[in-house]
Amino acid sequence: MRKAIITVVGKDSVGIIAKVCTFLSDRGINILDISQTITGGYFNMMMVVDVSSLVEETIDDISDGLKKLGEEIGVSIKLQLEEIFTMMHRI
Amino acid sequence: MTQDINTVEVLETNNMIEHNNLDVRTITMGISLLDCADSDLSSFCGKIYEKITRKAERLVSTGERISREYGIPIVNKRISVTPLAIAGAGSCKSPEDFVKAALVLDKAAAALSVDFLGGFSSLCEKGMTEADRNLILSIPDALSETRVICSSVNLASTRSGINMDAVRLMGEMILSAAYKSRESNSSACAKLVVFCNAPGDNPFMAGAFHGTAEADCVLNVGVSGPGVVREALRNAAGMDFEELAETIKKTAFKVTRVGQLVGREASRMLGVPFGILDLSLAPTPAIGDSVSDILEAMGLERTGAPGTTAALAMLNDQVKKGGIMASSSVGGLSGAFIPVSEDQGMINAVEAGALGIEKLEAMTSVCSVGLDMIAVPGDTSAETISGIIADEAAIGMVNQKTTAVRIIPAFGKAAGDTVDFGGLLGHAPVMKVNPFSCAAFVRRPGRIPAPVHSFRN
Repeated sequence: MRKAIITVVGKDSVGIIAKVCTFLSDRGINILDISQTITGGYFNMMMVVDVSSLVEETIDDISDGLKKLGEEIGVSIKLQLEEIFTMMHRI
Repeated sequence: MTQDINTVEVLETNNMIEHNNLDVRTITMGISLLDCADSDLSSFCGKIYEKITRKAERLVSTGERISREYGIPIVNKRISVTPLAIAGAGSCKSPEDFVKAALVLDKAAAALSVDFLGGFSSLCEKGMTEADRNLILSIPDALSETRVICSSVNLASTRSGINMDAVRLMGEMILSAAYKSRESNSSACAKLVVFCNAPGDNPFMAGAFHGTAEADCVLNVGVSGPGVVREALRNAAGMDFEELAETIKKTAFKVTRVGQLVGREASRMLGVPFGILDLSLAPTPAIGDSVSDILEAMGLERTGAPGTTAALAMLNDQVKKGGIMASSSVGGLSGAFIPVSEDQGMINAVEAGALGIEKLEAMTSVCSVGLDMIAVPGDTSAETISGIIADEAAIGMVNQKTTAVRIIPAFGKAAGDTVDFGGLLGHAPVMKVNPFSCAAFVRRPGRIPAPVHSFRN
């Protein structure tokens, strides 16, 4: 399974997770795992999603869409293929 | 089954990228031009243009795609080619012919939107062919008339000794290149490097060329990451040397893994074999992205203080140890770079009077690569530049390592002035040079013999 990691970092507000989840479900993307912390009013969320069925262009579009969504709600949203993290942190 | 990635690890990686300047410095496609050799110049030029633009057609777009998908900046996309003094030996019969070939390479690089193209080079450590001599004589014009062409000359090796005829000639060519590019702060010299023991798979400029032992087309990757190591050493106060070494090693491992991923993916997408991963710590003028800052975090008041060579030796070795564990394709230069103009910490150390050319020379004996991006007064003599090159080559020759000199005799500038090259090349304080002459030494014709390969003590 090809996985991607979505990170959301920024000031906490109502409905951040809902908006990101709606964005993903509208595009038929399955969420595999979510974890979230709030420290000092700052919101940190990490989401693992399944991108096995997506072609590279679609991943680009979704990545751009998430970035725009982040700008609208005032947080930074990034989508990265999981391998950059597994390469760095797993032997 | 491996454990899933957690938030802490994700944040650590993204912090490295967003706050500590972690990037892949370059993906460099090496292209052989040996099969383009021809006895006719225009036919040769046609063939090299066609081959380079065909092989590297998707290089830039592939680099950008990988960068987007993994969220890791890939700063430069570059090309290295077979040393032109070899590939062009049959067709370039004069320095002017080599300049024409350089202009064609520049045009190919522009058509592909790559950042640099290296390989306007000669390998003449034992002797010069007519083509080597003509290429060397063409360097000042070739570099001042082109935009992104980089040139290198390997004039010494542990096996062959130091070709002092080439050393003498290069002293003159460096001065001439500085004069011909005087309108842009002698910037042609920033694209020109002389080597001892040059590797044929180095992805970094100005010294990248595609060695004759390489396959037809390969992808080499250069990682960076001084800022990441510096950040890891933020809490270094009180650590013993073992902890210090471990910290550097672990960080180098992580940085190298990113390069390994990028190299593998680029190789797969382009259908070109992955050559090597060069795990050099390559600084940039950005604040915090500095090798000098790492040395100072290890406990030096300023880089250049007593202890600097020891600290650098340890840093360089730990970077290699971490990197070699992370990838089985480590090659190129792989160590810590200490270019003055590209490292704000080095610039500060020079300006504070802590660091001079002599200390830099000592530092080059324990790290890659050599006297790099050093500005000296414009009235420095060709013989003195040759003497500096010979000293550096001697360090490489005796210690069986790569050393290099990229020196800029800044036209019209004196010690204490500053020259600005812009972008990744940064700005450099003009450094004082020893005023005593070595002219009678470097004017001797011939070659310094290779050192003895036994009786090592």
